[in-house]
Amino acid sequence: MKHLIRDMYHTTLEFVRTFGAFQLFFLRLLSHTPRILVTRFDLVVKQVFNSGALSLVIIMISGLFVGGVLGLQGYSNLARFNAEDSIGFFAAFALVKELGPVITALLFAGRAGTALASEIGLMKATDQLSAMEMMAVNPVSRVLVPRFLGGVIAMPFLAAIFSMVGLFGTHLVAVELLSVDVGAFWQQMQMTVDIDDINEGIFKSIVFGVLASHIAVWEGYNAIPTAEGVGRATTRTVVITAIAVLVFDFVITAFML
Amino acid sequence: MRQTRAVEVGTGLFVLLGLGALFFLTTQTTGGDDFSADEIYTVEARFENVGSLRARAPVAMSGVTIGRVTSVTFDTVALEAVVEFVVDARYDQIPDDSDASILTAGILGSQYIGLQAGGSDLYLEDGSEILFTQSAIVLENLIGKFLVNSGSGDKE
Repeated sequence: MKHLIRDMYHTTLEFVRTFGAFQLFFLRLLSHTPRILVTRFDLVVKQVFNSGALSLVIIMISGLFVGGVLGLQGYSNLARFNAEDSIGFFAAFALVKELGPVITALLFAGRAGTALASEIGLMKATDQLSAMEMMAVNPVSRVLVPRFLGGVIAMPFLAAIFSMVGLFGTHLVAVELLSVDVGAFWQQMQMTVDIDDINEGIFKSIVFGVLASHIAVWEGYNAIPTAEGVGRATTRTVVITAIAVLVFDFVITAFML
Repeated sequence: MRQTRAVEVGTGLFVLLGLGALFFLTTQTTGGDDFSADEIYTVEARFENVGSLRARAPVAMSGVTIGRVTSVTFDTVALEAVVEFVVDARYDQIPDDSDASILTAGILGSQYIGLQAGGSDLYLEDGSEILFTQSAIVLENLIGKFLVNSGSGDKE
């Protein structure tokens, strides 16, 4: 019994400590950000390419099919009320405000987050980070900050591309396949979707970009430097990002309403 | 060297595509304000019931948007809804006995104010009030009336 309480105490303390270290690490990343943006912007560009451009294929294909499913499901349900025309604004709302940012963040965690975590973890396991420190190069600003910034920059663009391709998917299914009137489809959307809705989506995707990149970099940097440790860090990246994104999505939506 | 070039081109294309998507979302999916005017004048109208009319709803004449609702308030003295809206100053020859009614765009659409021209020689100007108004049609009242009518019809 005594052991149990002591173990619980230590687990809780360790959790709080990790959480605090996680926040401090974020400040550390931020403190290096301005200098890296000015002096080594080429590194950031390369990471935008790795996190963003290389994630385009998965984002676009997923967006197309998510949009298509919205078209099919929306049509079959709205047709009960003879409101098939509303499918345009239904899909636009769903994509721009929720599905775009959230699914993009989840896919981003799977495609780019894991790549970041395993790359950094492996650098640590093969002592590349220690070697940098020996050469008086700060691995945080040389390795971590560009990767973090790359993800943060790429994420809003990815989410916007996801929403746009998704809308084309819905258009394809609803207008071409189910013959909803094309004018009604776009007009209903334009009448109801407000610029604030777009801004909410952009705001969400920026927050999720910071979350996902930060978690990936953190997990990679704190990975146990073994093959198993790197594998575990990769898994944890996906799991923690998914939970954090969904929780934050709920909180942001609750505040924005 | 060639590889960094490819990376830069790829990143540039990606960012351009992202900006294009943002541009598409902000311009194509939002109708936003199809009303914008340099000079406007404010007109007031009182309604018994405004239904679900909200600020920023369009004001249309013959189906053309000529203005926008700026505020919907309730007058506690006259116990009426007071709707203020602005009209593009280009349309300064609207007869002051015109009739304002609250209409619905489509069966589930949003509500807007429709103006029907009157025959007066005097025109609406800043601060004038529209005297002839027609309230929004509330679906429940309509169904209620219909039920009452069909009920009494059966008895005869």
